[in-house]
Amino acid sequence: MSRYLNFIAEKNQVKYVIITIAFIIFSFFWIYPLLWVLSASFKTDFEIWGGLGLIPDRLVWENFERAWFGANMGRYFFNTLIITVVSVIIVVVTTGMFGYVIGRYSFPGKKILIGILISTIFIPQGYTIIPVFDLLNNLNISKNLIGLTLATAGHTPVIYILLFAGYFSRVPVELEEAAKMDGAGFVRTFISIMLPLTKPVVATVSILQVLHAWNDFLLPVVITLGNPDIRTLSVGVYAFKGEYFVDWSGMAAASVITILPIIVLFLFMQKYFVEGVQGAVKG
Amino acid sequence: MHKKPLSKQIYDARWCYLFVLPCSILTGMFVIYPIGMSWYFSLLDWSGFTKEAKFIGLQNYYEAVNDEFFWDAFIRSFIFMFGTVPVKIVLGFIIAVFLNNQVLKLAPFFRTVIFMPVVTAIAIIGIVMTFVFSPFNGPANKFLMSTNLTSAPIDFLGNPDTVLPTVMGVYVWKWLGITMMYWLAALQTVPQDVYDAAKIDGAEGYRLWIHIILPIVLPFAIVIILVEAVGALNVFPLIETMTAGGPFFSSEVMEIYIFRTAFVTDSGTMPRLGYACAAGVFWGVAVLFITVLQGLWMRRTRRI
Repeated sequence: MSRYLNFIAEKNQVKYVIITIAFIIFSFFWIYPLLWVLSASFKTDFEIWGGLGLIPDRLVWENFERAWFGANMGRYFFNTLIITVVSVIIVVVTTGMFGYVIGRYSFPGKKILIGILISTIFIPQGYTIIPVFDLLNNLNISKNLIGLTLATAGHTPVIYILLFAGYFSRVPVELEEAAKMDGAGFVRTFISIMLPLTKPVVATVSILQVLHAWNDFLLPVVITLGNPDIRTLSVGVYAFKGEYFVDWSGMAAASVITILPIIVLFLFMQKYFVEGVQGAVKG
Repeated sequence: MHKKPLSKQIYDARWCYLFVLPCSILTGMFVIYPIGMSWYFSLLDWSGFTKEAKFIGLQNYYEAVNDEFFWDAFIRSFIFMFGTVPVKIVLGFIIAVFLNNQVLKLAPFFRTVIFMPVVTAIAIIGIVMTFVFSPFNGPANKFLMSTNLTSAPIDFLGNPDTVLPTVMGVYVWKWLGITMMYWLAALQTVPQDVYDAAKIDGAEGYRLWIHIILPIVLPFAIVIILVEAVGALNVFPLIETMTAGGPFFSSEVMEIYIFRTAFVTDSGTMPRLGYACAAGVFWGVAVLFITVLQGLWMRRTRRI
């Protein structure tokens, strides 16, 4: 149930209108940098620095062509897509299995396992990046997408496990017993009974991991230092800035290619974004 | 009922172990192992790109604590934290209180807009902001000039005095949506009758806020502060893409320092992975110390 404090009384129209207008102005300024880059991606370089207006004179689609083909953003787009999709699958399967066992069973060593997990919550990524880089080199997977994907999936926030564990622990025992009566084993119970029940958590975890994998920067920038072919979009735009630093409109187009998919996803799946984010403080 | 022998317990739970295995392997490879290895690397004189590595004990640490750039970056990280976290907490709370009004028809729209920068790739934000704050006709300067707030363009990112506040402002902008969501979750736990009572305008309403609503959301505040504080120490992508620590190292926080000493060669320095690891370990321990301290404080406050 939702609770609200309606300190703007419905009768008080003046207060209502003032607050609404204040928020509209605030929202416009807030979102302006994003609108600015979107509009810049359709402008000529000359026009970008010409004024504050957001509507381009004509839509310069060539910016996107230059970014996609010339600056290789097309390739980076698919790299990022592969890393994101595969790491989401890995993360959902592994943390789902982990959370299931932690949430429903007790076994020797469980407390130690949870303790180790919790202690890694606040380990900054910067702290582990150098050995990860070295590890991928030693395993000979630093020069292709496998290493980057695994490392992206491996730095899994503990919150995913806690979300799964919390959800699984609330599933009634009767369901499981019924499955046992039918002769379903451990794995079948998990796959056919339990997993379908957790669709909301799967959605939340998937979205959080998409957000993480798509937007990550430190890991891909380090791993791809010597391998431009496996760059992700974020790293690609960063390299773009270094290589063609006068092509503002092309860079704006490359930025839009990077951020638009996630913004669209967010607009359609907002509920799960919010649930995932709020899960961190509710727990 | 007597307890089963341990071996039987373990055997009965064989599926459990199998289920925790995949995630444990990944975490082991990419979190636990790297933590251990960074301790070991920190004791080596090693560039990271050759096989030659010499064991030199604590010499890297000794060098780090005697490097003024190290301490500058160290302190700057905390300036960044203390400068951004309170702003986010207070601003996020105010916005959440307004947007928690059911009557405000556009509240969901405002929430979406304020949350939008959160889902935008941080590296892209860093790059776009270098344009927005450009002294050469950048939109920020254009706006300030056209409204006559300044007469000459401000070199936000090129001036050592303005660069850190500018980056901090962008950081707050980028992540405020999350703080707002945390607060909205917290406000949802306040009982409806308390809210009904707080509707009363004037002195009594404010007193209710301070004496009843704030104590209810306080436990949340502590968790939020903890999460935000650790978050504000992890700002590598934003600063690397906006300023790379410049000008003249004036926005170099700890993570940039580590990255620079480990990898970057164009500043003329040799890459030194061993030394960077020592700086990283020192930093990691400091962060952990703060986290534990805050955790203890959290426990104490929650008990009251």
